[in-house]
Amino acid sequence: MSDAGVPTVLLSPRDVASESAGARAALIAVALGFLTLFLVLPLAIVFSEAFSRGVAAYLTALLDSDARTAIALTLTVAAIVVPLNATFGVAAAWAIAKFDFVGKNLLITLIDLPLSVSPVVAGLVFVLAFGAQGVLGPWAAAHGLHVIFALPGIAMATVFVTFPFVARELIPLMQQLGSAEEEAALTLGATGWKAFVTVTLPNVKWALLYGVLLCNARAMGEFGAVSVVSGHIRGLTNTIPLQVEILYNEYDIVAAFTLASLLALLALVTLAFKTYLEWRFVGAARRRGAG
Amino acid sequence: MLTAIDLTIAPGELVALLGPSGCGKTTLLRIIAGLETADAGVLRFGADDATRLTVQERRVGFVFQSYALFRHMTVAANIAYGLTVRPRRRRPTRVEIKRRVDELLDMMQLPGLGARYPAQLSGGQRQRVALARAMAIEPRVLLLDEPFGALDAKVRKELRHWLRAIHERTGLTTVFVTHDQAEAMELADRVAVLNAGRIEQVGTPREISERPATPFVREFLA
Repeated sequence: MSDAGVPTVLLSPRDVASESAGARAALIAVALGFLTLFLVLPLAIVFSEAFSRGVAAYLTALLDSDARTAIALTLTVAAIVVPLNATFGVAAAWAIAKFDFVGKNLLITLIDLPLSVSPVVAGLVFVLAFGAQGVLGPWAAAHGLHVIFALPGIAMATVFVTFPFVARELIPLMQQLGSAEEEAALTLGATGWKAFVTVTLPNVKWALLYGVLLCNARAMGEFGAVSVVSGHIRGLTNTIPLQVEILYNEYDIVAAFTLASLLALLALVTLAFKTYLEWRFVGAARRRGAG
Repeated sequence: MLTAIDLTIAPGELVALLGPSGCGKTTLLRIIAGLETADAGVLRFGADDATRLTVQERRVGFVFQSYALFRHMTVAANIAYGLTVRPRRRRPTRVEIKRRVDELLDMMQLPGLGARYPAQLSGGQRQRVALARAMAIEPRVLLLDEPFGALDAKVRKELRHWLRAIHERTGLTTVFVTHDQAEAMELADRVAVLNAGRIEQVGTPREISERPATPFVREFLA
């Protein structure tokens, strides 16, 4: 998503690069062309297809009961997953940045694991663990817990896929900040919790918010892992991405693109909000750094 | 890493922990503050066994080498921090806190800088804010880790005299860490020379320079 920043950097007049005007123009053309072809065009198509039969058809598709269930389920999953991963991310980043312990490198590697494992495999892991034949499946069934083909399974798979986002935003920042300020707070009489709330959180709040945004966007958009554990039960366990696929496969193009436009909109809002945050963040830092 | 540390500091004394880098002087300072724990041994503040006290209970004023000012707070908020984080029943009123902050800004010769952020200050000013913040909690003892380490030579000299003056005015028991023997000799009432985790000699600057107890001390001061 940060590719959007490339052309502005190249166009900046302060950038006294040694390339000739022709080379510069070519670079800009390539970057812009690439962006148009792979980002702007698809986005435009999503919206144009969604509204291809007018606003009424768009609204009908949006208010369809299966669509509404899919939207509600997606929001529910995000509401469960994002707070969990925000908490986990802060805890993991704290542990990694502030302490030395055995297995620290292993933890760092593990946090990155979801980024390198195919989401389908991630979903399968939960099916294997909690399915009827799984290790924990009989135990869950005995306690009346429906994990696979139900909300818990979908939430778990999404937690797995999205857990690097917050942690990865925070770890480098917290490592760079060190723990001197927290130590200062402790010597001044603050409890550990108070030091965390008054010193650590304010120092990382923008990175945390940014990580939460990314985590949320991915949690709502996740397809692969959720597809495996959800069972695709219409009006019950289909999230927005799964519903989009079903509608598309049934040649209900307008409905498919209508729901897809919600996800696209989410991406745009996330991007706009992120840009706003960066602007605020840089602005605040500059105000403080002046002089 | 530290062995054979036996050091008694009188109330109101200004003591320097002097030694090469890696000798354990900062570790000793952090142990006194409660930021690190010794595997064995006892630490006493007067009659109290400080070994059993948490870092918060010890009420030491610690000035970090890099100052560790809270970068998202104004200078005034930094200085007030130790008072504002107190539990409600022990917290001074807002008016009292403001008065105390103004007093300290004044004492540290930082008038009118209360609304600035740490990034807007010079190194010497930051150092004085860190000192003011540490003194706001009326510490039992003031601990300074390489207090002049990050400053250029000229500011260093000025602040040295100034710190001595502040010390005489407040009478706070003060321990500071340095690797600069001139600094230790000029500033401190007594100097403890550390080497490889052991105290080689403790004495007044004059005693140490006139009668170095070990070959290491003689060499280090040369």
